[in-house]
Amino acid sequence: MALLEVKDLKVRVEEREILHGLTLTVNEGEVHAIMGPNGSGKSTLSHVIAGKPGYEVTDGQILFKGEDLLEMDPDERAAKGVFLAFQYPVEIPGVATMTFLRTALNAQRKARGESEYSTPDFLRKVREVSKALNIPQDMLKRGVNVGFSGGEKKRNEVLQMALFEPSLCILDEMDSGLDIDALRIAADGVNALRSPKRAMVVITHYQRLLNYIVPDFVHVMSRGRVVKSGDKELALELEASGYTQFEDAA
Amino acid sequence: MNVAVAKTGKGRAVSDLFTSAEGRLPGSPAVIAARREAFETYERLGLPHRRIEEWKYTDLRALVGEVLPLAAAPDAAALASAADAVKAHAVAGARKLVLVDGVFAAGLSDVKALASEVGFKTLRETLEKDAGLLKTAAVDAVISLNAAMASDGVVLSIADGAQLSAPIQIIHVATTDSASAFTRSQVAIGKGARATIIESFVAGAKAYQVNDAVIVSIGDDADVAHIRLLDDAPDAVNITSQFVTVGANTKVNFFNMTSGAAVSRLQGFIMFAGEGSELSINGVNLLQKTEHGDTTLVVDHAVPNCVSREIFRAVVDDRAHSVFQGRIIVRPDAQKTDGKMMTRALLLSDEAEADNKPELEIFADDVSCGHGATAGALDDNLLFYLKARGLPEKQAQALLIQAFVGEAIEQIADDNLREHVIGIAERWLERRS
Repeated sequence: MALLEVKDLKVRVEEREILHGLTLTVNEGEVHAIMGPNGSGKSTLSHVIAGKPGYEVTDGQILFKGEDLLEMDPDERAAKGVFLAFQYPVEIPGVATMTFLRTALNAQRKARGESEYSTPDFLRKVREVSKALNIPQDMLKRGVNVGFSGGEKKRNEVLQMALFEPSLCILDEMDSGLDIDALRIAADGVNALRSPKRAMVVITHYQRLLNYIVPDFVHVMSRGRVVKSGDKELALELEASGYTQFEDAA
Repeated sequence: MNVAVAKTGKGRAVSDLFTSAEGRLPGSPAVIAARREAFETYERLGLPHRRIEEWKYTDLRALVGEVLPLAAAPDAAALASAADAVKAHAVAGARKLVLVDGVFAAGLSDVKALASEVGFKTLRETLEKDAGLLKTAAVDAVISLNAAMASDGVVLSIADGAQLSAPIQIIHVATTDSASAFTRSQVAIGKGARATIIESFVAGAKAYQVNDAVIVSIGDDADVAHIRLLDDAPDAVNITSQFVTVGANTKVNFFNMTSGAAVSRLQGFIMFAGEGSELSINGVNLLQKTEHGDTTLVVDHAVPNCVSREIFRAVVDDRAHSVFQGRIIVRPDAQKTDGKMMTRALLLSDEAEADNKPELEIFADDVSCGHGATAGALDDNLLFYLKARGLPEKQAQALLIQAFVGEAIEQIADDNLREHVIGIAERWLERRS
């Protein structure tokens, strides 16, 4: 059974159809890149998988480990193992990062019927994970993402990924707003989390990110559909020729 | 000529309230005469209603209807049930002074453990000689009613230079259903003293009413925290009037949190009487169901060079109604006054209401005063982020609500006390439907 199956998905936002029948299959351990020009529906796809309100699915389905994802609230999806790394992680003043991480982790564990972490166990786990990702303890003492640089925000997303251990990670435009050094650090974090049990969907406009997170498959989206799929060579081809050809094809 | 007997909203004669209680109210003959006069004022004015400007948003005739009869003095059973409530709400390490149904309960209090610099009497004892405590700087119908009916209270005097390590917690417990308690207390804090005073209103009964008055005077060079925690029963009424005078070069930190009562109003009349003082007034209203919570503050800059800061947060759910009225008066001589207030309301339902009425009355020309107000719902983007990380809706909301009120709660310097307040807020969040 595939980990994620998106079948002929049609999605509207305020009466306007954004996805016109998108199909995508992701298996355990695979890294898929979804590329496409602005407005092609890449972010819409990531939001619909995570369950963001404001999107109306008019046709098709999304199965995750064989279960109907569209029937679940966003928190249930997270507990089942879906993780969306946000393009723009929000700042939450007044909510301490540690409180947030612990509340979220324990909420997921509780939803799965697992025992909640005690404070010492939790602290040990965060310390272990943040050390592996080279995240300074000082960052964890602040409000969630408050005053973080673009790079720090993305590292915080990677930290959560490492802590929650999802089986599907969707990275939405992870490279946006990052300079090359910050991008490398974030990408190293992601690469460390690659595993045969975990799949990743990397959404990006630029090929650059894929030099660091090398995909098994590349899909090109245009106007709400996947118009071409291939291996990592497709990304290089796109870098050379641009998206225009696919816009015509769509 | 109108000779009709004044009636309550429920059709009873208003005067019954006083005549049925008079024999039980403490005080010398002069005190009883002062009480009778105060009651006549109340009888003439009746419960405040919306056509009285200060009570525009809190119409007690519509919200309360009538004042319930005075509660009987607590018996052994009442004291036993009060003991449970006290245990549940006591702040760790604080010296407790407990009023049960408006009567001081020595057996539940820590009078002997009070520091030697703290003078203590009951209002009952004080009124045997002196009617002075029945007079206040401001008067309205509910304050007059309090003067007429006050059955007891605590009278504290903290000596000059006293540095109290333990907070003093005045706990009001109601144990009688459908009855009223009237209390009046005085806290006099000497020059250079440092003290923390906590007032808690807690429930051991249903549908009761509380009318409390507190007269606070703070000397020069003092450092005072005054924390009030209203955690009354969801069908209770609590009307509290505070009268505060602040000396020179003094720091005062006020905090109020309302997390209970069907109808509540805290009206504070605060006056700077000495230069160079700083006042921080912070408040949180946590309201649900059809609760109505009103905080009305009058900060009177009567002298120059004082600073006042008001931070107020309201979280309003269901069909609840929060009111904040803040008036800053700057008298003609009060140059270099720095007075600011900021109010934010978080509306958790379409039917929730928050009214905000700032008033600046400035008669001096070299001052810095301002106010700001916002009202809004929880941010959908923040909620989605938290839900996408596995927090169920209610838990995600709770985290954001705690952050919202956090800015006001953080002003409480004492860690232990702040944790106590956060605990009350958490219990409120758990009660949300």
